[in-house]
Amino acid sequence: MIDYNKVLSSKCRDLKPSGIRKFFDIASSVEGVISLGVGEPDFPTPWLIRNTAIKTLQQGKTVYTSNSGLAQLRTSVSGYIKHKINADYNPDNEIIITVGGSEAIDIGIRAVVNPGDEVLVVEPCFVCYTPIVTLAGGIPVSIETKAEDNFRLTAKALREKITGKTKLLILPFPNNPTGAVMERHDLEEISEVLKCTDIMVLSDEIYSELTYTGNRHVSITEIDGMKERTLLVNGFSKAFAMTGWRLGYLCAPAPLTEQILKIHQYAIMCSPTTSQYAAVEALNSCDSEVKKMVDEYNIRRRWLVNAFNEIGLDCFEPQGAFYVFPSIKSTGLSSQEFCEKLLYNHKVAVVPGDAFGDCGEGYIRVSYAYSLKHIMEALDRIRIFVNELKEKNFL
Amino acid sequence: MDTIIRLLKQNARLTSRELAAMTGLAEAAVEEKIKEYEQNGAIVGYSAIVNDDLADKDSVTAFIEVKVTPKADCGFDDIAKTIMMYDEVESLTLMSGAFDLAVTISGTNYKEIALFVAQRLSTIDGVISTSTHFFLKKYKDKGIFIEDEQRDERSFVSP
Repeated sequence: MIDYNKVLSSKCRDLKPSGIRKFFDIASSVEGVISLGVGEPDFPTPWLIRNTAIKTLQQGKTVYTSNSGLAQLRTSVSGYIKHKINADYNPDNEIIITVGGSEAIDIGIRAVVNPGDEVLVVEPCFVCYTPIVTLAGGIPVSIETKAEDNFRLTAKALREKITGKTKLLILPFPNNPTGAVMERHDLEEISEVLKCTDIMVLSDEIYSELTYTGNRHVSITEIDGMKERTLLVNGFSKAFAMTGWRLGYLCAPAPLTEQILKIHQYAIMCSPTTSQYAAVEALNSCDSEVKKMVDEYNIRRRWLVNAFNEIGLDCFEPQGAFYVFPSIKSTGLSSQEFCEKLLYNHKVAVVPGDAFGDCGEGYIRVSYAYSLKHIMEALDRIRIFVNELKEKNFL
Repeated sequence: MDTIIRLLKQNARLTSRELAAMTGLAEAAVEEKIKEYEQNGAIVGYSAIVNDDLADKDSVTAFIEVKVTPKADCGFDDIAKTIMMYDEVESLTLMSGAFDLAVTISGTNYKEIALFVAQRLSTIDGVISTSTHFFLKKYKDKGIFIEDEQRDERSFVSP
């Protein structure tokens, strides 16, 4: 008998299972669940994009592209970034087309982290940063964000965690799961701290198109002196409802991308060709489609924040992404208890906040990538559940 | 289109309070807007979207293409206004293309509709011809699926 535990590397074996994954496995086992759990758009990919993919398939454009991606797509990405955040990235050597934003995060972290390097992870956050840092031999150091700071990273919190070993800051805004955004002055403040150091930033801006304040998304690369120390991650999944196409990109100064490209080419070769052609269409002609989706998300967001506050679960008003992150502390339950009871007793799936870092305890992540009708039905059930809890607490 | 109208088209039973939450307007402002739309005729009424197979099994609906000779002084309006006066007529639209007026009518059986076409519609002065099509099954109405909810293909995928 092979002892597979000995076969596995200790790094792989010791990796903590994902908290979202764990909860989804439970949710899948319950019949008749309505979910506000998933983090992907409920809209299909706009038809123009799908049709472009179909055409290129008909034309037989199915061979590998260059390692860094189709030149046409890199040029479009460069133009799009220039238009959106006024940053200049050379399509020839500063942009790598990746398999989703996920791969961009992976190769970005692997490229800069040496064993023993400390990596600052702003929490609550998407679940993949910490495990990737660990796999790269780095030491994840979490920085908590708090509701009273609108879940933004403050200069003070950042400064407290910087040591001589700090190599990288992972900056995920607009944020999953809180929906927080960093405004220009917030970014300026933390940039002041960073500019006195050699710390690099991996800025995951996958939700950059989904902001609702009326102000456009601001990237840290726009702050004076920051572009040269930033690895910018973005992708097509959230903005263009293209999750299954698996396409994203990494932008960084040429001396970095030239090296990072080696990891991408050895591991992946190149990103999916059909998706790359489709993505060109997305960037060039889908502004109005994106706007329609954003308008719809915004209606749901406003309604949900209001509904949670009415139910008595304090809800921070998120300004980006497609999640709300209400506090369930008033119920006296832990996030896990709340979510499990809600799932088993009222058949609604939401994700416990502690899946996104310890400081997410006391919160739940609720996705509004669902139709209003669906959201309203789920909230009816949550309202009944919370009222039951209140009655019990009074007795 | 204004967001309030768009939302009411999807669900006319949304309350002013809900609409206020969705749009970020004050409840009073929403009520004022709706009143304004009702008064200026932008919103002319509210109705339920019904699955006739469940709500009224005996109901039969038909779509009738009508060709007419427009009148010199008032075009199609005169004939249209005559047709729309019948209670059986649910909707009436002037069309571009191969025929002029699209009429939908409902009755309790096929014969009732056939008689309406033969005795009332065809005999109107100016009507040249009619072509009647019966509804067999309705899949979607006003953007809403009649029988099956659209299935959510998304599974619990996550890292």
